[in-house]
Amino acid sequence: MSTDLHEPDLALHVEDLTVSYHAKPVLWDIDFDIPPGVMAAIVGPNGAGKSTLIKSVLGLAPPIAGHVTLFGRPYKAIRKRVGYVPQRSSVDWDFPTTALDVVTMGLYGQLGWCRWPGRRERARAMDALEQVGMQAFAQRQISQLSGGQQQRVFLARALIQNADIYFLDEPMAGVDAPTERAIVNILRTLRDAGKTVIVVHHDLQTVRSYFDWMLILNVRVIAQGPVEEVYTAENLKRAYGGQIALLDSVLASDTGAKS
Amino acid sequence: MTLMALLGDYTLQNVALGALFLGLISGVLGSFAVLRKQSLLGDTLSHAALPGICLGFIVTGARHMGSLLLGALFTGTLAALLVMALTRYSRLKTDAALGIVLSTFFALGVVLLSYIQGTGNAAQGGLDAFLFGQAAATLRSDLWVMAAITAIALILVGLCWKEFKLVCFDPGFASTQGLPVLLLETVLTVMIALAVVVGLQMVGVVLMAAMIIAPAVAARQWSRRLEVMVPLAAVFGMVAGLSGALASTLGRGLATGPLIIIVVSLLVMASLLFAPGRGLVWSWLLRVRQRRELHHQHVLTTLHRLASRHDDHAFYAEQGLLEGVHGTAVRPALKVLAQRGMVTLSTQASRQPRYWQLTLEGQQEAERILMAVEQGGASS
Repeated sequence: MSTDLHEPDLALHVEDLTVSYHAKPVLWDIDFDIPPGVMAAIVGPNGAGKSTLIKSVLGLAPPIAGHVTLFGRPYKAIRKRVGYVPQRSSVDWDFPTTALDVVTMGLYGQLGWCRWPGRRERARAMDALEQVGMQAFAQRQISQLSGGQQQRVFLARALIQNADIYFLDEPMAGVDAPTERAIVNILRTLRDAGKTVIVVHHDLQTVRSYFDWMLILNVRVIAQGPVEEVYTAENLKRAYGGQIALLDSVLASDTGAKS
Repeated sequence: MTLMALLGDYTLQNVALGALFLGLISGVLGSFAVLRKQSLLGDTLSHAALPGICLGFIVTGARHMGSLLLGALFTGTLAALLVMALTRYSRLKTDAALGIVLSTFFALGVVLLSYIQGTGNAAQGGLDAFLFGQAAATLRSDLWVMAAITAIALILVGLCWKEFKLVCFDPGFASTQGLPVLLLETVLTVMIALAVVVGLQMVGVVLMAAMIIAPAVAARQWSRRLEVMVPLAAVFGMVAGLSGALASTLGRGLATGPLIIIVVSLLVMASLLFAPGRGLVWSWLLRVRQRRELHHQHVLTTLHRLASRHDDHAFYAEQGLLEGVHGTAVRPALKVLAQRGMVTLSTQASRQPRYWQLTLEGQQEAERILMAVEQGGASS
């Protein structure tokens, strides 16, 4: 088994990954690595394939070519060590269930078939809710939570798994400022505990303050590495191309911060 | 007929038991279908059962319940898998796929039905009863089949409860938990075909969809958790089934199936209207109350503005003036505000027209409202 390990020193190793819906490639020949213990941002313009990249790593979007290893193993072999926070908009929040119940869902994989979650699982779910500051909302119907609260519930559902590597798809999209701060703090705690955190992020302004590693994506890999090396005007221009207005403001604040 | 005689009636017993099984299974399985936004799947699958029934008859040449239901299950499952494949691998959206499969299979069924009727086989008599159901023809042996199917479905749901729940709520996350999502979705879909088979004899292929959708929709109105919704849907289904069966017996042989559907539709209507929190009447009342409250606040702040404009916190505002601003609806509003001690009528009762004055409490309340509005916060 251990002889099969491929790049075991990397938290995530992606080689030659190509994914397409119908004829158009969404991701083209992606090669990238993420070392363990970093907080990494995946950035890129709309349609760059950021979410697809995560889904493909997790086996949710089948690739045409390429392979992926996490800690040297294929995803299926270490699924229990991988946590996932999907986009909040990917589910119907009118589903009849409570916040606590949603968090408990993070244990369904470990629980195994034919077993109902019991008191121990509920206690663990309560702990996870407390980590994200949502214990007061445990019995709240999920449709009655605000966007930020729903996002925290999703985060708690991933935390409860106690994984080694976490994938989060736009966790800061459409949440209020306190929630964004709370989420960033939780993610930092995870990283400081040696876990690897990989986040699809849409806000270029905050990349440098939140993350220490980044991948710039636009169907192909534009740049990757430590944020201070990769976050350059040239790289961002290559990725974002036409969206000049957006870039100008970001780069303006960029030079302003440096001078 | 007395109640005892009713309960002793052999046909009624069969019909009632069949209706109970039908309500139970369709309520439980329909809940999952409705939550997966596949309400119309039941409609497609039940229509797709018709060619199966005909095939079952053609193959065996007789009207054996077992073979007919087996045929129905076969074509129903085929239709279900076809819908899944179409939505997965073609560019068709779910509604289009459901519609196409429904009409194709149903047309095939009607063609086969007319073919069988043309052969002059005497045994085919009453095959078309499956269109609208013929509950009175339910036999003890049919009940055993229905009971067995219901038991299988319930056991499956009980064993895979959390798996089904997660697949309905968040299939992507279910997959990362190691659940075989495609398999679970297929099982859920095929089980709808099972429910349809149970319902064929009772309500027929045309109305079966309502049995899948209605109890679940009604139960959703009253429940906040899946663990409540599913049993409640089963109860609604059974209540509808039983009352439909009883009504049909009391009503001199009115068609049982359609009666069951009418009862369950009434349950849906009542739930949509009156369920606390989600019901239309409920939210309408809430809106009326909120609007009235807002109106009171408006009147209060108008008085406050008038007072501060005249630099006199004890300013008396003429009622006609207020009516000019807020319309005659200001009268009940002032009355309520007076009851709450926010405003007082001029002490000179003889004074005509009437004059209103803010009390100290009303003044503070008005200032609080204005402050809240300015900060953009909630004003209650």
